[in-house]
Amino acid sequence: MNGTYGTGPGPGTAAGGEVVDGDGGGATGAGAPVGAGPVTPVDSVPGGGVPGGGALGRADTAADGGVAGEGAPGDNVPGAGVPGDSVAGKGEVPGDSVPGDWESLLSAALLGTDRRGGPGGERDAAVALLDAAAVATVRRRAGLRPAVSAEHPAPAAPDTRPPLPEPAARRLAQLLNDRAGAAGSGGGRSSAPSLAELLPQWLAAANAYGYRPPPSSLPGLLDAARARTDLRAGAVTLAGPRGRWLAGLNADWKFALRSGDHGAAGDAAQDPRAARALWEEGLFAERVALLSALRVDDPAAGLALLRSSWGQERAEDRLLFLDSLRTGLGPADEEFLEAALTDRSRNVRSTAAELLSCLPGSALSHRMAERALACVTLDRTGVGPRVVVEAPRECDAGMERDGVVVTPPSGRGQRAWWLGQLVEAAGLGGWGERLGGRSPEQIVALAVADGWRDDLHGAWSRAAVRQGDAEWARALLGPPPSVPASAAVAGDPARLLSVLPEHERAAWVTEFVAAHGLSEAFRMLGACAVPWARPLGRAVIDALDIAREAGSYPWSFSGVMGLAERCLDPSDAGRLTPFTAEPSEDGPHAAPGAAGYWTEAFRRLVTTLQLRAVMHAELAGTDLDGAVAAVRGGC
Amino acid sequence: MRWSPEQVLALAPDAASNKAGAKLGVPGPWSGTGTSPAAGGAGPWVWGECRGSGAKPYRAVADLGGPPAFRCTCPSRKFPCKHALGLLLLWSHRDPAAGFPAAGADAAPDWVREWRDARSAAGERRAAATGENAAGKADPQAARRRAERRAKRVADGVSELEQRLADQIRTGFAATGPAGWQVWDEVAARMVDAQAPGLASRAREFAAIPGSGGDWPSRMLEEHGLLHLLARGHQAGDALPRGLAATVRARVGFTTDSAELLAGPAVRDRWLVLARQDSAEGRLTTRRTWLLGAELGRSALLLSFGAAGRSPELSLPVGRTLDAELAFHPGASPLRAVLGERHGEPGPGTVPPGVRVGEALDGYGRALAADPWLEGWPVVLAGVVPIPAPTGWQLSDADGGAALPVDPRRLGRPGLWRLAATSGGAPVTVFGSLGHRGFTPLTTWSADDAEPAQAVTL
Repeated sequence: MNGTYGTGPGPGTAAGGEVVDGDGGGATGAGAPVGAGPVTPVDSVPGGGVPGGGALGRADTAADGGVAGEGAPGDNVPGAGVPGDSVAGKGEVPGDSVPGDWESLLSAALLGTDRRGGPGGERDAAVALLDAAAVATVRRRAGLRPAVSAEHPAPAAPDTRPPLPEPAARRLAQLLNDRAGAAGSGGGRSSAPSLAELLPQWLAAANAYGYRPPPSSLPGLLDAARARTDLRAGAVTLAGPRGRWLAGLNADWKFALRSGDHGAAGDAAQDPRAARALWEEGLFAERVALLSALRVDDPAAGLALLRSSWGQERAEDRLLFLDSLRTGLGPADEEFLEAALTDRSRNVRSTAAELLSCLPGSALSHRMAERALACVTLDRTGVGPRVVVEAPRECDAGMERDGVVVTPPSGRGQRAWWLGQLVEAAGLGGWGERLGGRSPEQIVALAVADGWRDDLHGAWSRAAVRQGDAEWARALLGPPPSVPASAAVAGDPARLLSVLPEHERAAWVTEFVAAHGLSEAFRMLGACAVPWARPLGRAVIDALDIAREAGSYPWSFSGVMGLAERCLDPSDAGRLTPFTAEPSEDGPHAAPGAAGYWTEAFRRLVTTLQLRAVMHAELAGTDLDGAVAAVRGGC
Repeated sequence: MRWSPEQVLALAPDAASNKAGAKLGVPGPWSGTGTSPAAGGAGPWVWGECRGSGAKPYRAVADLGGPPAFRCTCPSRKFPCKHALGLLLLWSHRDPAAGFPAAGADAAPDWVREWRDARSAAGERRAAATGENAAGKADPQAARRRAERRAKRVADGVSELEQRLADQIRTGFAATGPAGWQVWDEVAARMVDAQAPGLASRAREFAAIPGSGGDWPSRMLEEHGLLHLLARGHQAGDALPRGLAATVRARVGFTTDSAELLAGPAVRDRWLVLARQDSAEGRLTTRRTWLLGAELGRSALLLSFGAAGRSPELSLPVGRTLDAELAFHPGASPLRAVLGERHGEPGPGTVPPGVRVGEALDGYGRALAADPWLEGWPVVLAGVVPIPAPTGWQLSDADGGAALPVDPRRLGRPGLWRLAATSGGAPVTVFGSLGHRGFTPLTTWSADDAEPAQAVTL
């Protein structure tokens, strides 16, 4: 009964193996030939060493002449009854039961020897059964044979990037470890930084250097990215070919196969024939990955592939495929998208319309402009020129075809709703001529009649964001409003800011914070590039100081504080050090205890900034003490 | 001598402390840090003040001579607390010249000196007390009487256990309901009374087996057989070969005094620390540390224990080597050992030599022949490929013939994926414990041409 790991009826079987030989059937278990498998450990059991049949048996033999499993008394020398020997066919079988016949031992044990009888002959049946069970168990375990190997996984592609410096690798482990516990601890107001919040920028920095992580960190990295979609792109890039290889083996990490730089799909994208084959036979996720990969390098090839099977795709698949065209979108896609405007699926139609409106030169954009321009005229009859709006009276079939949604959300007027959609999708280029040859800035400055200003400016803002038009965005934002009451920028300033170049964004927000403080600045700060430019960082620190002086509690600013931890340039820490000293008395207008809380909040901020400085120094492989000293400069 | 961050983190009593300590291992909250060299059989000392949320900073100090000792003014009941861990971590990361000016023994702040003096005084008292105790124990007559009393109790317990086992077999498993299996908890309690804790813990397992899945009667019969074998072994007593008799005694639950062992022969070698594994058993944390002798190729297992909230004292760095003397517990297949004198600090380690799947099974078979109650046998596998599969993992010889299944009880562990990631489909060296249900991987070594191999704990 030399079992394999995983043989069915043997005792204590393990799951997952394969049956190698046929001895599991039971009746002739003990007679199974040894040596049928690649290794025969039973043979190697040293003689006399197994107490089950040997040494213990000897004591027993003296008492009552034979332990089950030792072979017939007299036939075997006491003490030589090694199970391996009898397995090898030397031993005869005492009584009417084969000692290694696990099934019959088991059924006797299940029913009870009082009813069933045991293997012992005239001896106490129960004791004899226990003897036999012990021998069989040890024999089986000592004689275990290897399982048959499953197919080996194909090796991972080599990763040629340089390894992370050791301190940085340790830091990664710490950041990932902290993430795992973050859910439970609730992230209270401790003075220690929240490491999980630093993971995104750590990943970005590590990827900027082009490092490869230690393979053992990959499961933690992929788990982190699975839980947080904002980490995925960075994590998958860092994980590299080994990470994608691993993701192919674990369904939990499938996302890594369809984002980032694509693995197999990326390889296929390099070879038109392979791409064609994968497109025709691949799983949905693989096909999306392939299309996304192609759109990065060769948008036309991606489009051609999509065209080739467009008619046969299911509606929900069409929608996702269409969405991948966002990457590398250009005039060459227009014809295809124009045709998709008549798609059977409404979602596909509206996505096609949205994509077309992102192409300022497209026919759809012109059609929408034509409609939009017709609604807006310049009235020169009054004191100064003003814009007059005549919103559309109906939504005709043509408008609907071009993606205009007929029914407004509740609480909005139909006509204003239609106008908004027309202006939003219209190319911004036509407005100058329509409104007297003015620049965007001049147009925005024009008065608007009858309260249409907010609708019109809001729609222009959305168009500027959609078309990525910095000139219009700048005009619509205007200079940061200087008086709090006038802080009404039409549309969403944070989104308009995202269209502007980095330095302009930072400059605008700097002025805004200087004028209005922090209470409305959260999203705008979020739109600024990290780390914050020097002047912006100073403005935020000054504004925090003003809030502290004013005596409000720091948690009114916890959002901005959190952002500051992640976004302030670490070298600004020096400017914060004065605020971390032991608090003096609360100011005259302060809420009770506020000064102490502020000190604590600033300490946390400084600690996080120092940690970030250390993290970056670890990645750069530079001297840590230098980094810390630089941060402390100003103490 | 400066510790590595891994060594420091190994002191953490639990995962939460580990994390909290790691967070404090940055310069921000610390001031007044310092270190002074070893002197007078104790030290080196490391100290510092950590700003927390309160007005007064916490003062933490550590003595790293001998078993590490800590003190901190914080109210935490963890030991060591996160401040002590953070302090040591900071110290382990950095150049002593930067944040830890080495002070002479007298240049330490007063509060450090006070603690140090109190500590050496307490140490002397303890040494004196131990001396008295030893003197009190030295009455050989009393010791022999105690031993005889215990032997009698154990023998009675073993007879009772034999009876219970036979009764169970006469009744049959099928006729035993859930309440019937609970009786084994009582039997276990009787074995505790009989001062045979080894028998007790095996008997206690019985009650859980019927709930353990489809093939439980087989497992139950196996456990009955093995416990019966152990009882018979104990009854055979001196008729057994010496080694086997010692194994039986240990399995029944007789302990061997470490000091006595250390007074006997010791094996000196450069021991590679293969793996360390903590498991919580009730309020007690058991730490298993596996070693492999670089010269003699001998395996050893060290056990150390930590009561609730404390980490076990013994903390050896995985992947490094330690020149030390070990004294082995007697047995037919000696594995468990106690750590004797160490010679110098741990040095760099290497990837241990390993065997193929077939040889590993041979070794396990031999060990089992010597000690049938063995749960797992330490094995270094070389050149195996981990194969993840939804039905169960395998470690397979590189040429694809033979494979070991991973113990199904370990399948949920994240360490398995670290193993697969480290391998990347290529053969690796894996250390683990081989048992009758399969292999439990504990450590692997990164196989990267560009860098020196590093031990990866699984």
